[in-house]
Amino acid sequence: MDRLKLVLQYFQSNSESISNGICVLLALISVKLYTSFDFNCPCIPQYNKVYALGVMFVPPVILFFLGVMINRHTGVMMEEWLRPVGKRSKNPAVVKYLFSAMLQRALLAPMVWVLVTLLDGKCFVCAFSMSVDPRHFTGLPNNTGLDLVRIMAKVPCKEDAVFQNSTFRKAVSRYVRCYSQAIGWSILLLLILLGALARVLKPCFDHATFLQTRYWSNYLDIEQKLFDETCVLHARDFARKCVEQFFEGMQEDVHLRLPLAPARTRAPRTEADEETEDRLHGITRQEQVNRLLHTWYECRPELDVSRVAPQPRVCVTWEDRDGRVLFSDV
Amino acid sequence: MDKFRMMFQFLQSNQESFMNGICGIMALASAQLYSAFEFNCPCLPEYNYAYGMGILVVPPVWFFLLGFVLNNNVSVLAEEWRRPTGRRRKDPAVLRYMFCSMAQRSLIAPVLWISVTLMDGKSFLCAFSVHLDPGRFGNRSSPAVPRADLERLLAKVPCHDVFDGHAVVSREAATRYLRCISQACGWMFLLLTTFVAFLVRAIRPCFTQAVFLKTKYWSHYVDIERKMFEETCTEHAKSFARVCIQRYFESTGGEMTTFHSQWTHDKGGDKVDGDKCSNEKDKLLGIRVQEDMNKVLWNWHRCKPPLDIREEDLCHTKGSGCTRRGELHRKEWVSYYSKV
Repeated sequence: MDRLKLVLQYFQSNSESISNGICVLLALISVKLYTSFDFNCPCIPQYNKVYALGVMFVPPVILFFLGVMINRHTGVMMEEWLRPVGKRSKNPAVVKYLFSAMLQRALLAPMVWVLVTLLDGKCFVCAFSMSVDPRHFTGLPNNTGLDLVRIMAKVPCKEDAVFQNSTFRKAVSRYVRCYSQAIGWSILLLLILLGALARVLKPCFDHATFLQTRYWSNYLDIEQKLFDETCVLHARDFARKCVEQFFEGMQEDVHLRLPLAPARTRAPRTEADEETEDRLHGITRQEQVNRLLHTWYECRPELDVSRVAPQPRVCVTWEDRDGRVLFSDV
Repeated sequence: MDKFRMMFQFLQSNQESFMNGICGIMALASAQLYSAFEFNCPCLPEYNYAYGMGILVVPPVWFFLLGFVLNNNVSVLAEEWRRPTGRRRKDPAVLRYMFCSMAQRSLIAPVLWISVTLMDGKSFLCAFSVHLDPGRFGNRSSPAVPRADLERLLAKVPCHDVFDGHAVVSREAATRYLRCISQACGWMFLLLTTFVAFLVRAIRPCFTQAVFLKTKYWSHYVDIERKMFEETCTEHAKSFARVCIQRYFESTGGEMTTFHSQWTHDKGGDKVDGDKCSNEKDKLLGIRVQEDMNKVLWNWHRCKPPLDIREEDLCHTKGSGCTRRGELHRKEWVSYYSKV
């Protein structure tokens, strides 16, 4: 139990490792999907190739789109790419880094599907059994009345009546499967070689810039998460305050209230109240919240937290019950 | 058990992830329901199409509606939509956002059911076997069969234990062909839905991102505010009930206990006195005799006290040996507060 919690915490702490985890999960889902999918070659000359190549290439496209959608970095990248410049300059290297990271992760599950398809061989047999030259194999059934193409098209279908008690079908299947597996392994080897080369040679090119771009792309991700969390906490405190004030507003009028007074007519401020006040950061009205959210998008603040934020000056205005100003600081 | 509790807590902490969890569970349920469901094609020309298409279309509609039913936000949306404007303006963008996010979540289980049904192929086979071209799958040597008989024969193609037209039509070839078409439709459908979802999720930031942040915040706020209001009402009801019951007990008991200080004790929450004995006495609220307790219980049903805990209206309870408390001097006080 503790171990599970520890593992979950570790993964949650690092956003990159969450993305990696999701990417691996999607790859496993693609394998599971392939094994549970009932491959059903039509064994008809016009449809074999279309069906088989469709099964080999359409699911990878679907998995690619899914991979892009599920990845958090897609949203971060799009937002960073499209935002107005505001007070913070835009770094195209960061956007490029995020894009390439997202692309790499999204391509894993489609590649896994294609490789599993090739290594399994059914798709290849279905698509290319008609391209095999039957003269290399003995035992071609020639008493069925069907032409050669139709016979070859039926090779992927085990239970067809044409090939009963015939070794021809098995021989052709095995031949095509062998090709399919060879292609599959070659592609896998190529990909691994490319990956290894890229990892080994990357530090040779501009490593310092790479470290910077990686830092700032991580920063953007964390900043967006924290902004969302702060909004959620703020909404909660805003709602609590709103509801409390609503309740108090319904009270009988037993106190002579001056507009500044409400805080004092309640019970003495507890720690929870202080915390709530802190979390609201002075944003207490709908227009203020709207303005805050609008400015967050239109004009992102500078990356500079060394200055102390200017505190708003509080001016006191005393009004009587009819709204007449008795005294004002303004 | 522990694992479930932890998972449950994690999901509940975030309302959105809770809804995502429900959505995932429904998707799994739809896949499981399909595999547990025993597809039973009628193999009759008049009913095949209706049955096949019915299985394809009706359960998705049901799952979609179920998604709305299980979603808590439906009542929030309805409330926000129907409330009078009052002192707070209504934002149609917030309503649209809430509706869209609910609809998106509810669409996952139906899409999954349709995909699984099409990939499996049975319902397609059942619905369209009658429309097969016998020339393509028929045996060349078979005699011509009248149209009506042919239809009945083709309708039996999905049922391998009932099919008796092996001489006329090759059942396996026809089944393979229809299943292939069904699977192609399934993949195309999945591709289309994934592409549309991709456009919506990935391309949306190109349009109206600032407005989107605003609507997301306020729709979340509406949900939270409702929860806060219910919590506040519950706490208020608790305190109200506590005071009401205490006063009732005391009025029935007829003893003049130090109610006011005891009440502030409970309100303030600080049990300063370590004196256990007087604490226990306070809890008895002045009822120490069997007859008094019986009277309390009897009157609680027969004659409940009014819902009014203002301090000057203490003596409205009927049938109680009500002792009038000393008039509480209501103070009018003014407080000035300035934060300079």
